[in-house]
Amino acid sequence: MTTRTGLKTMLCQLDALSDDQRVRLMGLAREVSFRAGARLFEERRAADRFWIVRTGSVVLDLHVPGRRAAVIETLGPGDLVGWSWLFPPRNWHLGAEAQSPVRAWEFDAEAVRRLCREDPKLGYALVLAVAEVIGHRLECARTRLLDLYGPYGSGLPR
Amino acid sequence: MTTAPASSVPVPYRVTWRRREATDTVTMKIRPVGRPLPEFRPGQFAMLYAFGVGEIPVSVSGLPVGENALVHTVRAVGAVSRALCGLGVGDTVGVRGPYGTGWDLETALGRDVLVIAGGIGLAPLRPLVLRMLAEPGRHGRISVLIGARTPSDLLYRLQARAWRTAARVAVTVDRPEAGWQGDVGVVTRLLPRVRWTPADTTAFVCGPEPMIHATARDLVRAGVPPHRVHVSLERNMRCGEGNCGHCQLGPLLLCRDGPVTGWDRADPLLAVKEL
Repeated sequence: MTTRTGLKTMLCQLDALSDDQRVRLMGLAREVSFRAGARLFEERRAADRFWIVRTGSVVLDLHVPGRRAAVIETLGPGDLVGWSWLFPPRNWHLGAEAQSPVRAWEFDAEAVRRLCREDPKLGYALVLAVAEVIGHRLECARTRLLDLYGPYGSGLPR
Repeated sequence: MTTAPASSVPVPYRVTWRRREATDTVTMKIRPVGRPLPEFRPGQFAMLYAFGVGEIPVSVSGLPVGENALVHTVRAVGAVSRALCGLGVGDTVGVRGPYGTGWDLETALGRDVLVIAGGIGLAPLRPLVLRMLAEPGRHGRISVLIGARTPSDLLYRLQARAWRTAARVAVTVDRPEAGWQGDVGVVTRLLPRVRWTPADTTAFVCGPEPMIHATARDLVRAGVPPHRVHVSLERNMRCGEGNCGHCQLGPLLLCRDGPVTGWDRADPLLAVKEL
């Protein structure tokens, strides 16, 4: 599935891979599904897998002491769920939960890292793709730090 | 009934209906006490005068068909807007206008349309959406993307639900409340959720300036021509007629040359510090 907009879903990023590279990467994927409310991963646990969402939505959340976990972001079709598997210490920074029934491609992180070591060109392309997703999420997070939609969302009056 | 020319002097209008949209936001319909002002277009604004308190620019959030009435949505953030939000049915408000350029719907004919709103920015876009939905077949796919701080801050909830019959409507919030099952995150995260063809899309964007920046940036990256990204900018407007210079942004006087302008014009100006 590809979006028609060229925006920053992981699937769009994978378009940058050659056909051969994409076939080899997707050869490591297995189709999985999650019921609504299922936890995909928890903060601080080992990041040994990642997913690309096919249908449904996944929320990322952050533990808040004494309260319900705070939902940080919603991910949808085409989005990459999880990038902590790529960089040490390879522990999840956030938690993730299926908001609705989700179908996704699941990748074993160690197998993908091994593939990247064996084929540095593929590895480089994949790291670039993940980095672009991370960069875009960083942009979004920084923008949200401005308390965007509040009455003084543009900052204090000058 | 004849209309008065655009006036520098506030014309009395009376509040005939009001609804609380959120804890700090009110929508009200006002009708002229005497001669009405000239017809407003979607995206234009009026200077609303709360008698004895002061005057602020407020875009029209509705243009009832066949009525000499204006609809405005006001969020209470200062003394004047608080006073306007406190008006009840039967109270009088001073109105000057119409001012500003308004949304250029002609550039959207036959094209996919993205209406992207952040917070109270949905108010100036509402008459545009209503106009498009009233003219089916003149545009391609219409998508309305709405970002709000919390679910309780969402404007026009019931009406936005009705828009779904003819448009794709997607909503995201910054901070979800208990029971919220929708999206969380910036409004641009909704862009991949709707179907649109970037090279053949016209976008109308209104909200806080950082949101406009982020949205325009993503739209242009995706391939929308900058001149077809229409943004409504907010500045401190006083006279509304291009005389006082309070709302100057480089060569533009936004009350006269804006508040709606193309991103091709706005982007370089907004990049200049202290302009």
